[in-house]
Amino acid sequence: MKTKTILMTATAVVLAGAASAEEMADSMTLVSWGGAYQASQVNAYSEPYKALNPGLEVIWDESSNEAVAKLRAMNEAGNVTWDLVDVVASDAIRLCDEGLAMEFDPDELLAEGDDGTPASEDFGDLIVSDCFIPQIVYSTTFGYRTDMVGDTPPTDVCAVFDTETYPGKRSLEKRPINNMEWALICDGVSDEEVYDVLETEEGQARAFAKLDTIKDDVIWWSAGADTPQLLADGEVVMGSTYNGRLFSVIEEQKQPVAMLWDAQVFDLDGWIIPAGLPADRLARVKDFVKFATDTQRLADQAKYISYGPARQSSAPLVGKHAELGIEMAPHMPTDPNNAKHTFLYNYEWWADYRDDLDAKFQAWLAQ
Amino acid sequence: MALVETRTHPDLMRFTMPVTALAGGVFGFVLGSSFGSATLGVLAGLAVGAVTAFVLQSFLQRKQGRLAAAIVFALAGFLIAGAKGAVGGLIGGLVLGWLVYWLDSGRYREGVPTYATPGQVLWHNSFLFICGLIFFFLIAPIMVIIPLSFNAENFFTFTPKMLAFDPEGYSLKHYRDFFSNPDWQQALKNSVRIAPAATLLSVSLGTLAAIGLSQSHVPFRRAIMAVLISPMIVPLIISAAGMYFFYSRLGLQGTYVGVVLAHAALGIPFVIITVTATLVGFDKSLTRAAANMGADPVTTFFRVQMPLILPGVISGGLFAFITSFDEVVVVLFVGSAGQKTLPWQMFIGLREQISPTILAVATILVVISIALLTTVELLRRRSERLRGMSPG
Repeated sequence: MKTKTILMTATAVVLAGAASAEEMADSMTLVSWGGAYQASQVNAYSEPYKALNPGLEVIWDESSNEAVAKLRAMNEAGNVTWDLVDVVASDAIRLCDEGLAMEFDPDELLAEGDDGTPASEDFGDLIVSDCFIPQIVYSTTFGYRTDMVGDTPPTDVCAVFDTETYPGKRSLEKRPINNMEWALICDGVSDEEVYDVLETEEGQARAFAKLDTIKDDVIWWSAGADTPQLLADGEVVMGSTYNGRLFSVIEEQKQPVAMLWDAQVFDLDGWIIPAGLPADRLARVKDFVKFATDTQRLADQAKYISYGPARQSSAPLVGKHAELGIEMAPHMPTDPNNAKHTFLYNYEWWADYRDDLDAKFQAWLAQ
Repeated sequence: MALVETRTHPDLMRFTMPVTALAGGVFGFVLGSSFGSATLGVLAGLAVGAVTAFVLQSFLQRKQGRLAAAIVFALAGFLIAGAKGAVGGLIGGLVLGWLVYWLDSGRYREGVPTYATPGQVLWHNSFLFICGLIFFFLIAPIMVIIPLSFNAENFFTFTPKMLAFDPEGYSLKHYRDFFSNPDWQQALKNSVRIAPAATLLSVSLGTLAAIGLSQSHVPFRRAIMAVLISPMIVPLIISAAGMYFFYSRLGLQGTYVGVVLAHAALGIPFVIITVTATLVGFDKSLTRAAANMGADPVTTFFRVQMPLILPGVISGGLFAFITSFDEVVVVLFVGSAGQKTLPWQMFIGLREQISPTILAVATILVVISIALLTTVELLRRRSERLRGMSPG
């Protein structure tokens, strides 16, 4: 009897799937960052979705790093092969401005919260662009070797600039974003005034002068995996990277590393749908996005990696790590203990000054 | 044996001892600077070298002497720094022990004529030493990769446990990960599907082109050859970008066929070059004889010409295979995520997540490459023997 019910349910599911598959593509290419982050998306989003849609082929492409350049090339060649692309908020804004990403209405595309809140309210301010479907809040922050800092572990971000107390190399990202802000904060500028100061030539010179003081001690990184490797090697005493990478080094790989949450910089990561997809692929991707960004799925992702879900309604559902069984809440960048001093990254400011400062930063590096 | 006996032993005090002491000093410098005091290391090394040379030369025969040096040095190393020191000591002892008898028996003059001046002997041996260094320089990266791939940690790091030769510091988990992880398995499957197809295509087209171009009546042979070889000369990124836009228009971008065609284009030059080289030694009168006896050109090709140029065809095919198997730039452009090959997976793996699984895969690929190149070399020798070019 029971078997029969299961069989009937299964048939019903298959039939429902078949009915909707008529107009939906049976394969979908998702673009993400690889590593533990992509693994969390596979576990929390695509595997459950595949279970509901048997026969669907999900292909992952680890190209988020060069998503903007590749989407431009695809658009030029008239051959967009991606269906859904995971990008940071600033890239989403650029892609939206260039017309390479699809604009959408949040309340129509995305599911309501489990408490019935409309999506536009549930995500709130995090929808920073008309094309951006937020997934997670992450932060860029520092980790340090517990066995290389002596008896006084750093509690202040300015420890990065203090080579007397904490001798050794540090790793910083090879781009101006975050580094310029931290340099000014440690040069005595208050958080609120950082961008006002950075707007001026003198302010920029001041930030570079501060960075100059540690230039010989910096190893520059460009991939999120670099700092964890350098920390595990003991090549650097401290380094910046994404907080989820540090969580993995500390809790999963059991390396002698600890978090320095001070002046962590929040950023957002989410999906964009490339503009101009054919109808069947668009239908498939809309169906997937609605599923993958609902309250439960976003909360599930936090079981695999320590990034905060972008929906307010997901926060109470965040539980324990899927394998380690430890509570994830204290490892979230948004946890009150970790977020005592956070720095708000200004997208709009960087959208205006990025090209200019990138060039100046590269020139400074080459000096 | 008699020859060795008749050789005069160089003077211990004026030659063997100072040279061994110098070698000991170099060892001491390396060790000393890694422990903080280079000067102390050099002085200790000089003394140890001199004493070793004196003791070994005066009191012990060659075999016992070398064994004794190795054991004493290994023990000393063990007492100072445990297992790590024992290995270091063993290596040091073996080298110094060998050096003493090599110098003392006069065998350092073996490679040069008896009338060579000391300067020429020194140069000859320095030359060998430099060759050894270059060889080491070429092989060192591979030698680092192989032990690291057995790391028990998830980082590219020689852990203290590994350096102490603790079995717990080593594991096969990265090999297990390679064989159980669906991403890697998919990449392996794609590589195995793409490379043979591309190889087959390059071999067929390349061999035909080489045979055609070896006919003296074909016009513009050099120009055609240059065009066909061009994928080897044009920077890969240029070919890749060109193929990307061209294949996109044709709907071949992101398809299996597209990647196979692109890799075949890269492999053809290798086949043309190797087959053209074997055709140089091919006797044209054989095809004329076959035609004279009534064989049509196709039969002649398969029954007469093909067996004789087969070694060239196979080695060209192997190069084409390795090209496709190792290629990352073109596939990143022409392929889509569905055609992710092993090098592609390694590339993104290095960028996004530094996992020693990459090293395990690299080790496997190195082994495969060595096997393939050995095959090529054996085939080359066989073909030379068949054509009577070398007696071996």
